Amino acid sequence: MERIIFYIIAVLMIIFAVMAVSNRNIMRSIIYLLFVLIGMAGIYFMIEFFFLGAVQLTVYAGGIIVLYVNSVMLVEKINTPLPPTPFWRKLLAGGISLAGIVLTLIAVWSHNFVNIAESQAKETSIEDIGLAFLNYGDKGYILPFEVISILLLAAMVGAIVIAKTNKPQKSNEQK
Amino acid sequence: MVLNIFTDIHNLLLEYMSEEATHITELILIAAAYLGIFAILGLLLVWLERRVAGFFQLRLGPNRVGPFGLFQTIADALKLVSKELTGTVKADSQLYRIAPYFVITTALMSLALIPFSQEIQAFDINIGLFFLTSVSSIGVIGIFLAGWASNNKYSLIGGMRTGIQMISYELSVGMAIVTMVVLAGTLQISEIIELQKDGWFIFQGHIPAVIAFMIFMIAGTAESNRVPFDLVEAESELGAGFHTEYSGMNFAYYFLAEFVNMFIIASIAVVLFFGGWLSPFGITDAIPFAGLFWFTIKVIGVIFLFMWFRWTFPRFRIDQLLTLEWKYLLPINMVNIVLMALMVWLGLTL
Repeated sequence: MERIIFYIIAVLMIIFAVMAVSNRNIMRSIIYLLFVLIGMAGIYFMIEFFFLGAVQLTVYAGGIIVLYVNSVMLVEKINTPLPPTPFWRKLLAGGISLAGIVLTLIAVWSHNFVNIAESQAKETSIEDIGLAFLNYGDKGYILPFEVISILLLAAMVGAIVIAKTNKPQKSNEQK
Repeated sequence: MVLNIFTDIHNLLLEYMSEEATHITELILIAAAYLGIFAILGLLLVWLERRVAGFFQLRLGPNRVGPFGLFQTIADALKLVSKELTGTVKADSQLYRIAPYFVITTALMSLALIPFSQEIQAFDINIGLFFLTSVSSIGVIGIFLAGWASNNKYSLIGGMRTGIQMISYELSVGMAIVTMVVLAGTLQISEIIELQKDGWFIFQGHIPAVIAFMIFMIAGTAESNRVPFDLVEAESELGAGFHTEYSGMNFAYYFLAEFVNMFIIASIAVVLFFGGWLSPFGITDAIPFAGLFWFTIKVIGVIFLFMWFRWTFPRFRIDQLLTLEWKYLLPINMVNIVLMALMVWLGLTL
């Protein structure tokens, strides 16, 4: 049962991923990309890692795709497909993708997977994640957590600075 | 008693097929039941909206088809089903077709987490509230796509306005929820309701909880694109906004999803502030179906409040809408979270 669902999701994800890069209409590409990301979230949900699945939905599907759609709506007109790709670029992209697939397959095949019994696998609760984030002990992630928060703060300040650049000059001109 | 019915069905199915097949059949049955709930909820809420509108405007509202006009919306739905699905030639047909399903699917997925009573909840996970907010953040893509793919200037403007509005107010809804999560200490919906046995959170958390409730109601109204905040489909300026080009059932999907989203937001409000399916002071704990009754009563109360807003306030301008969110609700919300954390830390909750 789970195996069938996994293969369905996997095949759909591959099809949509190929469609996302090969389609010449940018809005459709974004929507295919959205389906790939939702499929990823579906796999997280299938292995019962709900937190990561929900983060995938919020950050990628709900955040980044919405941002993409929003910016495309501002700049792109409907019925204007992108110009066709030159052949050498297709060849290059295909070659790099193939190399990536080969590398991944070698890594997967050579790795010796340990089968964890179901009794050993434990569900990650939200408390565990919260404690791990704020723990400065052995398995704590307080430093990356704080670094990320500073990075986000810097990004917010930067956005405000960029958005406000022209304001004072304009008011001077009006005077 | 409800549980008994479920186990009876489970045993009945087990008699006829294997365990695996029973599991799949049950999943399909639950999905069908939720589709039914979705349709009935939508139709009932549209009827309620029209009756409440009549009440506020000192007229009768629909009252001819069936008792109290209850079947009016069913007649309307039949009409919409029978209508032709038209589309414009210049629209991006693929995206135009799939856009309504984003809205419908996300509304349905959120519905799975709503606890109708102690027993009736399809999907009760550890991160319940977080999952709800993350799923509902995808719904906006459907509206964006409808606006863009219709290839119509009114649709496009409507779609852009929704994007700005929903992304902004998602923040306030989320932070109001976080305020209550600080008090609850868990994200699991069933646990949140269990914790309110001694008193609903709006009483337990008193001042910050009341502030959070008010913010949640304002932001929730904006999230479901209802009047004061319905710039998305401001009839006098934009035709019908993002769904101008949709007809028949495609239009009805948006319409139903809007009402179901209102139900979902009202349910979250009931779960977070008014104890979900718990009865006041535990008076009917012994009666098996009482949870469903109390939950419905509370949700209808909150929905009535939403409808009251709708027929009371005039529409905002877009700049007023954004000022309200970014300059008032957001700072108040942040201070409120700190206040709530302080209260929980010092043990000042009731």
